Amino acid sequence: MYEIIKAEFIAPSVKKFIIKAPKIAQKRKAGQFVIIRINENGERIPLTIADSDKELGTITIIVQGVGKTTNELNQLTTGSYITDVVGPLGKASHIENFGTAVSIGGGVGTAIAFPTAVALKDAGNYTIAIIGGRTKEFVILEDEMKKVCDEVYPTTDDGSYGFKGFVTAKLKELIDSGRKIDFVLAIGPIPMMKAVAETTRPYGIKTVVSLNPIMVDGTGMCGGCRATVDNKTVFVCVDGPEFDAHKVDFATLERRNKTYKEMEETSYHSFQCHIDKAFEEART
Amino acid sequence: MNEISKKDRMKIPRQPMPEQDKLERRTNFSEVNLGFTEELAKMEALRCLQCPKPICIEGCPVEVKISEFIKLVSEGDFLGAAQKIKEDNLLPAICGRVCPQEEQCEVKCVVGKKGEPVAIGRLERFVADFEREHTELRLPELKPKTGKRVAIVGSGPAGLSCAGDLIQMGHEVTVFEALHELGGVLIYGIPEFRLPKEIVKAEINSLRALGVEFVTNAVIGFTDTVDELLANDYDAVFIAVGAGLPYFLNIEGENLNGVYSSNEFLTRVNLMKAYRFPEFDTPVFNCKDKNVAVFGGGNTAMDAVRTSKRLGAKNAYIIYRRSDVEMPARKEEIHHAKEEGIEFILLANPKRFIGDENGWLKGVELVRMELGEPDASGRRKPIPIEGSEYILDIDMAVIAIGNGSNPIIQNTTPDLQFNKWGNISVNEETMETSKKGVFAGGDIVTGGATVILAMGAGRKAAKAINEYLSRS
Repeated sequence: MYEIIKAEFIAPSVKKFIIKAPKIAQKRKAGQFVIIRINENGERIPLTIADSDKELGTITIIVQGVGKTTNELNQLTTGSYITDVVGPLGKASHIENFGTAVSIGGGVGTAIAFPTAVALKDAGNYTIAIIGGRTKEFVILEDEMKKVCDEVYPTTDDGSYGFKGFVTAKLKELIDSGRKIDFVLAIGPIPMMKAVAETTRPYGIKTVVSLNPIMVDGTGMCGGCRATVDNKTVFVCVDGPEFDAHKVDFATLERRNKTYKEMEETSYHSFQCHIDKAFEEART
Repeated sequence: MNEISKKDRMKIPRQPMPEQDKLERRTNFSEVNLGFTEELAKMEALRCLQCPKPICIEGCPVEVKISEFIKLVSEGDFLGAAQKIKEDNLLPAICGRVCPQEEQCEVKCVVGKKGEPVAIGRLERFVADFEREHTELRLPELKPKTGKRVAIVGSGPAGLSCAGDLIQMGHEVTVFEALHELGGVLIYGIPEFRLPKEIVKAEINSLRALGVEFVTNAVIGFTDTVDELLANDYDAVFIAVGAGLPYFLNIEGENLNGVYSSNEFLTRVNLMKAYRFPEFDTPVFNCKDKNVAVFGGGNTAMDAVRTSKRLGAKNAYIIYRRSDVEMPARKEEIHHAKEEGIEFILLANPKRFIGDENGWLKGVELVRMELGEPDASGRRKPIPIEGSEYILDIDMAVIAIGNGSNPIIQNTTPDLQFNKWGNISVNEETMETSKKGVFAGGDIVTGGATVILAMGAGRKAAKAINEYLSRS
């Protein structure tokens, strides 16, 4: 059992958890993930480690409630427990001094981009962050990013905060302004990562994305997370999760991620009914 | 029992295993074989000729004293028989169910030369079940504590058998498991209907009662490296991580939705209990009224195809490139599969998977094969028959053609020697690796093999580790 030291919402349906996991806190490097299972009936889901504290022996994960498991997780509060947390898994981000490095986070993807931005800064890069959200309240970790990055650009789709438009529009603006950009990291929804890849491709800027396929064991044993990169099959859990954005077959990834769409809806629906019923009972 | 002559013993027919009805069992995950009754067990035990120099024992990788335990069964001393088996095998309820006895002990049985061999596996299973159901756990005696500590990586059959021996030798033993549940392939791979998970848990609990410490969620290589284990007070390490990297066919369309490795399909159903979705959160492809094809001819393929039938598949096919003679699965599994309505498409090989407009699997192109000259494996090599291609409509595919070795230990233990297939190189007598204090056994050394061979390797390693520790 792994204790939740602190749990708080940082955006609508986006919750930050600080979890006691001393071994993982000691070991983890930017880009690596954990697999968690909330309870005995739970599924195993991968979550990238956003931060850690070696002294306190804690790791930070940031979770957006999307389906049943993530919403159930987001109901957990400070002091409660998660049944299983295993990691750190996957390869660490490849970090070097590229020159100027842009880290792009879309929505909760910013939480995954954050540790790599820190590592890029530590390696001596001039570090720029573009952090997007649908509206102002979905822009997360701005203060944290500001502490480690030389420039931080929040963007919102509706212009309610920062730059109005997609993260790719801001990236294009930076490139077109004549800035020399040597490296781009993009993490967020698949359409966003794909759009970033297409934005940098004509300029030949090295671009890396972190993939988020469905996983079970997370150690290479099941092959469920396989993706197509450079026309070859890779296991994202052990060969990744980060890959060259210009070589990733995003369409296949997006399609495979929909494998259990109907069942996920069934599961989420019965979970919601359960919650509503509990809520009704509590009221009466 | 002395009054029964050898001739009379030979007249007793091999006692049949009571089974769940073949139509009924297709709809549930309960165990197919129900086990001998006391009467059946005693009768079967009488068939054993009690050879003065029994050769059946030579066929057993862990050298269970077969004729001795069978004698006790025939006398009705089932608990005595259980103790006798446990002198050599701590996990008899598992071995009695999943060992290929027909290729090991039973193939050596003298009774089998003229008729059917003594049902050694069924008797082993009966004895183990009887003990579990009728007594409090009885623990074998432990040698005095040596103060030495051994880390075992992997809680599958090799790791468990090694742990059982080492703890009895007086060493402290910690078993590290990457998954959240213990048992390795016994839990994630072999289905409930062939090996109930409660039985695996009971056998593991008996090891725990002996003092073996188990740590789940520990991926050695990541959580701790082998070097860190050696640096952190472990005097020896036994690597028994299994063959955990599924092979794919490497043909067009393999990444379509609906194509699984056998590891993924079975892990979802067995470990994650997807057959009880949505009570359990993990989903699996809804096989109900669908056509399912499983590629391969081993026990894993049989497990997968029979699982799909239980999940409601309309047509469930085994597609195998050789003929049934070459099929590596146990005869019993093939027989059970056929009884359950599995269709066998033999001498056929997939060329490509075909998807619909949404990227879901809808068919497979097969080519007919014929058998040529024997290949390196000694089996006749399958050769495609040109122009014999045809398309079979399927909605789900499971690739069950074996496993390679998982790279995590290799990538994180630079001074450990591996062969070109990624298997750890060991001294076959001692299971010692190229790295001091590190031993390895089971599928990570041999490539995908059987539960009992892994157990045998675990025991061999325990003996060698014990010797190593007494020297150091």
